[in-house]
Amino acid sequence: MKEVTIRDALREALREEMQRDESVFLLGEDIGRYWGGAFGVTKGLAEEFGDERVRDAPISENAIIGVAVGAAITGMRPVAEIMFGDLTALAVDQICNQAAKIRYMFGGQVSVPCVIRTPFGAGVNIASHHSQSLEAWFMHTPGLYVTVPSTPYDAKGLLKTAIRGSDPVFFVEHKLLYPIKGTIPDEDYTVPFGVADVKREGKDVTIVASLYMVHKALAAAEQLNKEGVSVEVIDPRTLVPLDKTTIVKSVRKTGRLVVVSEDCKTAGVSAEIAAIVAEEALDYLDAPIKRVAEPDTPIPFSPSMEQFVIPSENSIVQAVRALFQGRNQP
Amino acid sequence: MPDNSKLLDMYRQMLTIRFFEETVFELYGQNLVPGTIHLYAGEEAAAVGVCANLRKDDYVTSTHRGHGHCIAKGARLDKTMAEILGRKTGYCKGKGGSMHIADFSVGMLGATAVVGAGIPIATGAGLSIKLRGTDQIAICFFGDGASNQGTFHEGINLAAIWHLPVVFVCENNLYAMGTRQTRVMLIDNIADRAAGYGIPGVVVDGNDVLAVYEAARVAVERARQGGGPTLMECKTYRLRGHSRFDPAAYRPKDEVNEWLRKDAIARFQAKLLEMGIITEAEVQRTVEKARNDVEEATKFALESPFPEPAEALEDVYAAKESTSK
Repeated sequence: MKEVTIRDALREALREEMQRDESVFLLGEDIGRYWGGAFGVTKGLAEEFGDERVRDAPISENAIIGVAVGAAITGMRPVAEIMFGDLTALAVDQICNQAAKIRYMFGGQVSVPCVIRTPFGAGVNIASHHSQSLEAWFMHTPGLYVTVPSTPYDAKGLLKTAIRGSDPVFFVEHKLLYPIKGTIPDEDYTVPFGVADVKREGKDVTIVASLYMVHKALAAAEQLNKEGVSVEVIDPRTLVPLDKTTIVKSVRKTGRLVVVSEDCKTAGVSAEIAAIVAEEALDYLDAPIKRVAEPDTPIPFSPSMEQFVIPSENSIVQAVRALFQGRNQP
Repeated sequence: MPDNSKLLDMYRQMLTIRFFEETVFELYGQNLVPGTIHLYAGEEAAAVGVCANLRKDDYVTSTHRGHGHCIAKGARLDKTMAEILGRKTGYCKGKGGSMHIADFSVGMLGATAVVGAGIPIATGAGLSIKLRGTDQIAICFFGDGASNQGTFHEGINLAAIWHLPVVFVCENNLYAMGTRQTRVMLIDNIADRAAGYGIPGVVVDGNDVLAVYEAARVAVERARQGGGPTLMECKTYRLRGHSRFDPAAYRPKDEVNEWLRKDAIARFQAKLLEMGIITEAEVQRTVEKARNDVEEATKFALESPFPEPAEALEDVYAAKESTSK
């Protein structure tokens, strides 16, 4: 075991998969020698694997993904980086109409084994074009997998699964998570898609959260524990496929659900998870489902406003407390 | 100049595409083709002239007007027709239809119905070739309309800076749906845009299959030898409207008649006869062969079953179990 940051864990996954499989290559803007990626994930890889396999691209997001698609359907395993999640909007045709649909509309003739890495998330004061969380867009696109790791262990294991797979993976990273540390094994491992991780066991309420929100949920759980509320925190790790079984099982046990997500509330990740539980476990609920998500606004710049829209540890605590008030008392 | 047997084969292919498209049009009129159709008739010289330079393992990306590209790259007529008719035996098991035919076994990487979307994909195929170190090449077919998309700029620029083995073939049929080229660009030749990417741009009479063949030969050779991409513009014209029963009233009669006089198949046939490469009897035999091939393919397609409705749930992901847990 060793302690690494998520940034290191992602880089290890890329390095090991490139060593393992010559068809794996990277492309993106400033991922090469000078920057090593805007967040430093690919630092050192161009020196190790050369400029051909760690390919700096011009600022052409749609073509970066289109090139990844063209390479993927002709025998390669590209890993494309889009520098900021908001900029995936520039490549939505290639992601959603091409990568996601090619296997299907060509009747299963071909696989599109490519990974699209990009960071989502607010909290670093870079305003509306560099901060949004858009997981729900891509959950809403059949043909894509959507991964949302919150720890170094999950990040490395999921990225390896993504690279080795046969379908396009929208691999979400979170800007604030890159420096977060955790332990990973020394040996090779993968994390399967569609298997949630119970990050903390509890019996009174289930919180489902992903990415940076897992850490806020765990902090909230710690605080609530002191108040005598036992919180179970579930991290789906992949939104597509979504491990409904683990979520529903937990809600059946606790009878209460809070879904925390950094994307905006309307038609968001939290809406989907709440709907699944309403469909499959309504009878087990002792209180209404609560959602803690961003209001339906773009991400504002000024820190006071930005912090206001991001779900906070306190807003999670408040949401849980509300489930135990009045007629919802255990 | 290709050898005689190749010339004959090109002639047969052009006829096959023409008969195929006429048949699709008839079947459409009989309500046997679901949805819409974009016929390639009139543009045969472009696909055939370019693809005559290719190997089976070379790649082609195609467009919504793609039946001709499929046939010229060596896709089967029966599975192509079955796909157009929405049958289970089609190339895509009925999931793609006229606008999304692919045959990966002959390097036909598929038709995209998003105008211009195939350009970066062809560039990606070119990058894949370069990284794998083979001597394949990729052809990217697209229309005049696509050359106004951002993908044209992004995709060709990438292929240029990375010296990728891709030939970009613009089939300029003068109209993007009903919008004439002169209304949406200030240049006459789309190939002039190549200068902006530092690559050769070539204009060719797209209704002269030998001219297309020769221009493509140079571009393909250059690409195969590591010289990088070429932008090749084939000036051509579609015989019918944009889609379905579009009467194409936006095209002046004189213009249509002028292009009908330049029909690629009639010209090629006259040339082959004049050069003594083919006799009248061989013309007849070739016409019959092409007609028969299309008829057989059509019979196969019409006799094929439609997919089971629930097959709609298959092929979203490689692994079935991962789609819904």
